[in-house]
Amino acid sequence: MREFDLVIVGGGPAGMAAAISARENGLENIVILERDSELGGILNQCIHNGFGLHTFKEELTGPEYAERYAEKVIAMGIPYETDTMVLNISKDRVVTLLSKGRGVEDIRAKSVILAMGCRERPRGALNIPGYRPQGVYTAGTAQKLVNCEGYLPGKEVVILGSGDIGLIMARRMTLEGAHVAAVAELMPYSSGLKRNIVQCLDDYGIPLLLSHTVVDIKGKEKLEGVVIAQVDEKKAPIAGTEQFYPCDTLLLSCGLIPENELSKNCGVDIDPRTNGPLVDEGLETSIDGVFACGNVLHVHDLVDFVSEESARAGASAADFVKRGGTADSTEPVKVIPQNGVRYTVPSKIHTAELTGDVHIRFRVTGVFKDCSIVVKAGENELLRRKSRILVPSEMQDIIIRQDKLADVSEDICVEIEEV
Amino acid sequence: MTRELTCINCPMGCELTVEVEGDKVISVSGNTCKRGEIYAHSEISAPTRTVTTTVISSEGRPVPVKTAQPIPKDMIFECTAAIKSAEVHLPVKVGQIIIEDLLGTGAQVTATKTIK
Amino acid sequence: MYDVIIIGGGVTGCAAAAELAKYQLDVCLVEKESDVCEGTSKANSAIVHAGFDAEPDTLKAKLNVRGNAMIAELSDKLDFAFKNNGAMVLCFEEERLTDLKNLREKGEKNGVAGLEILSGDEARAREPRLSKEVKYALYAPTSGIVCPFEMTLAFAENAYANGVEFRLSTEVTAIEKNSEGWKVTTDKGEILGRYIFNCAGVYADKIAEMANAGDFRIIPRKGEYMLMDKDAGETVSHTIFQLPTKMGKGVLVTPTVHGNLLVGPTAEDIDDKENTSTTAGGFAEIRAKSALSVEGLPFGKVITGFTGLRAVGDTNDFIINEGAEGFFNAAGIESPGLTSAPAIAEMLREMLSKKTDLTPKTDHIDTREGVVHFAELSREEQNALIAKDPTYGNIVCRCETITEGEIRDAINRPLGAVTLDGVKRRTRAGMGRCQAGFCSPKTILLLAEKLGCGIGGVRKTGREEVQKDA
Repeated sequence: MREFDLVIVGGGPAGMAAAISARENGLENIVILERDSELGGILNQCIHNGFGLHTFKEELTGPEYAERYAEKVIAMGIPYETDTMVLNISKDRVVTLLSKGRGVEDIRAKSVILAMGCRERPRGALNIPGYRPQGVYTAGTAQKLVNCEGYLPGKEVVILGSGDIGLIMARRMTLEGAHVAAVAELMPYSSGLKRNIVQCLDDYGIPLLLSHTVVDIKGKEKLEGVVIAQVDEKKAPIAGTEQFYPCDTLLLSCGLIPENELSKNCGVDIDPRTNGPLVDEGLETSIDGVFACGNVLHVHDLVDFVSEESARAGASAADFVKRGGTADSTEPVKVIPQNGVRYTVPSKIHTAELTGDVHIRFRVTGVFKDCSIVVKAGENELLRRKSRILVPSEMQDIIIRQDKLADVSEDICVEIEEV
Repeated sequence: MTRELTCINCPMGCELTVEVEGDKVISVSGNTCKRGEIYAHSEISAPTRTVTTTVISSEGRPVPVKTAQPIPKDMIFECTAAIKSAEVHLPVKVGQIIIEDLLGTGAQVTATKTIK
Repeated sequence: MYDVIIIGGGVTGCAAAAELAKYQLDVCLVEKESDVCEGTSKANSAIVHAGFDAEPDTLKAKLNVRGNAMIAELSDKLDFAFKNNGAMVLCFEEERLTDLKNLREKGEKNGVAGLEILSGDEARAREPRLSKEVKYALYAPTSGIVCPFEMTLAFAENAYANGVEFRLSTEVTAIEKNSEGWKVTTDKGEILGRYIFNCAGVYADKIAEMANAGDFRIIPRKGEYMLMDKDAGETVSHTIFQLPTKMGKGVLVTPTVHGNLLVGPTAEDIDDKENTSTTAGGFAEIRAKSALSVEGLPFGKVITGFTGLRAVGDTNDFIINEGAEGFFNAAGIESPGLTSAPAIAEMLREMLSKKTDLTPKTDHIDTREGVVHFAELSREEQNALIAKDPTYGNIVCRCETITEGEIRDAINRPLGAVTLDGVKRRTRAGMGRCQAGFCSPKTILLLAEKLGCGIGGVRKTGREEVQKDA
């Protein structure tokens, strides 16, 4: 059986950054397993720009960002296997992979990094009534068809969901010659970046219908149109507000779900708030030697955060292997999200065994203006940071200094204080 | 007159308040960096955008490209059309110039992915 | 000229085709959609009923019980998924115990074995997730679950392998009697045959009308369903029915043979024979009614909803008769239609044998192999398969672990898939939690390659033949 110090599941931005960091921290025997025929993950189809402002101080497109990392992986001689699907990860870190070249093979790993990314919420999970014709796609699938296959799925488009993927596709379809009639958004606010509202909707005069949703899909074999209705505070459609929008394409951008089937089958504890693994400050999951980073851990907005987080995971995996096992001999303190904070990553910190400052990443539950992010342990305030505005669609990143955390023995609370 | 703009330079999306007289900018506030001020000026007088799209290579493969410098916003559609009609043959390297000067704007169009 | 023209490529028509294919007959099956199994056969509860529900001495009762007895062996020979998981009919009110006893009595009259009335506690002991509201349950050990697509395809492919001709994307527009039998006019030309089997589902009344072979009516009765992810698939192990309650006819909660959890159906008579839409009201009804059987069903794990139209005859029983000289109806095949299909085929063959000699074929192939399920093979089998054909080493559908090899097989085999939904029914690619979000671009390319068309020519579903130049 082939043996590795580190097996990384996924060769997207998370997997690549983790691999580079692990190698920089001394691990030689690494392999990245990637199901696609090239490294890069989802970035390969994200041909728009906005990537890398923090990491490279440049604004790059998705493929450019991916290529920077892929070039480094190759330059460092880090092995990777493409067209390889991981079928199973066992608790004792035996990874079962499948590829044309190797067939079904078990490999043994001293450490594993989960970097499988996420999937899109499909129409069926949204319970949108109506027919099931051709022409209904999740935004990412449409993006793949347009950008990687050169195929435009339709000419008259309606988009449900104002997340970034939906907004980006509104612009993309328009530039490819389609007409985007509207973007409907269930919530009273958009979940996408403001710059995308400007560049993708305002620039093209595409209306954004907040507090609206699709209530019917018409057309038995081919999509003929959708019915959009306004919703009330309970998100229930308001009778009488229905409007028919003829279209041949409906794009759904209604949420991303971390792809944790392998993690669940392995026995990794999952946080129901993120649908990703529960991890400590080193991004180690509930199973020794198994780490998680990137969208599989929690869905990110900025790939720069993914790269930083994944570098941390790579370093932790390297430490784990060099130590010959987990160092966590002390009980960690819990990190508790409250008062406006929906979840935190990590969910626990081994304050007695820190090797550096700790990033806490979180999302808020609603829109908060002129507020403060407060982190305390008991009565002890570890951090207070003012913010003009916090929104659920933008992940927050705070750094708690090692010296502030070292003596903490009480649970750490992260919350929002409104002025 | 006061105009409210959202800066699109980076994901911060600062809300800018711009005092204008005709098409002259008097003052800019709300920005957290210099680029926001520059954006306010250009957005009022001569808005520009970066265009990202794909060109189908002669082998039938979509090649992602971008305008390496921003182009006038009101030329987005004609620029996109010009880009899409460019001739591209594989292999291409990331950064390779596909069009030297896009419709006289001075902007280069470069490939954003190496495809063999 | 054919001996028999079968109109309709659902489970009834395909089972009939497979049955006739055992004899020296020229048979042609005509189907208006571009694939078999496009009507009710693809959107139903997938139950192999025990047979206690039908009125004794009806065709439904006789053919249900006969079909139920045949399916285990057929599933083995013709390679489709079937599981004898047993069923319970739940009773929520003390006064309704008599109804449950009547059901048992009916079942026993119909020849159903092993029917037993359980107390609520006994039921909960066998099925821990059942709600506290359950007072009694009728346990039916011979009830099962099946894959209706695999079953229909199995009959069709077996019929094809034994010489039955399939004319898909062919719609019957007129039927005329002539001296030798029948002239069937379709949108693709005329077909002549001595006998006709009318297996046209919700359209069986229209077909019979064309031939002046019956004045029954088929009322489409809409049934909406919700399907949950496999990680909800072990919520219950039996198929859980409900006696009718104040809310009306009950809904069932059942595992599917592939490990999902299926909840539904609703029941609404409609006029439009093409209305397979789901509705918000339907979803709400399913949620409300199913809660009686099992509390806290994980509706957050729903991955899709769908609607099927039951072909309800206005005679309260199956309409299986010789409606006109040489024209046989197999109409009104609503529940327990799926279960009864092989028995209906037998009955039709019996009726035909009275009109003409049926000589068995000596070279009849009585087995059929479906698309292999790579994920269910042993490690050795998987690697042997990949060594022979490396496309089995490439996963296309991550959620269901379906390989490129399986999809190629589904497309390339006789009566192969010509649409995305056709690939889905033959392989399960696209039936998982991401609902084809990841795999469909790849499947589209594989279909385009085989069909010789561009991506634009590949369809999800649909009646027309493929446009090769699109």
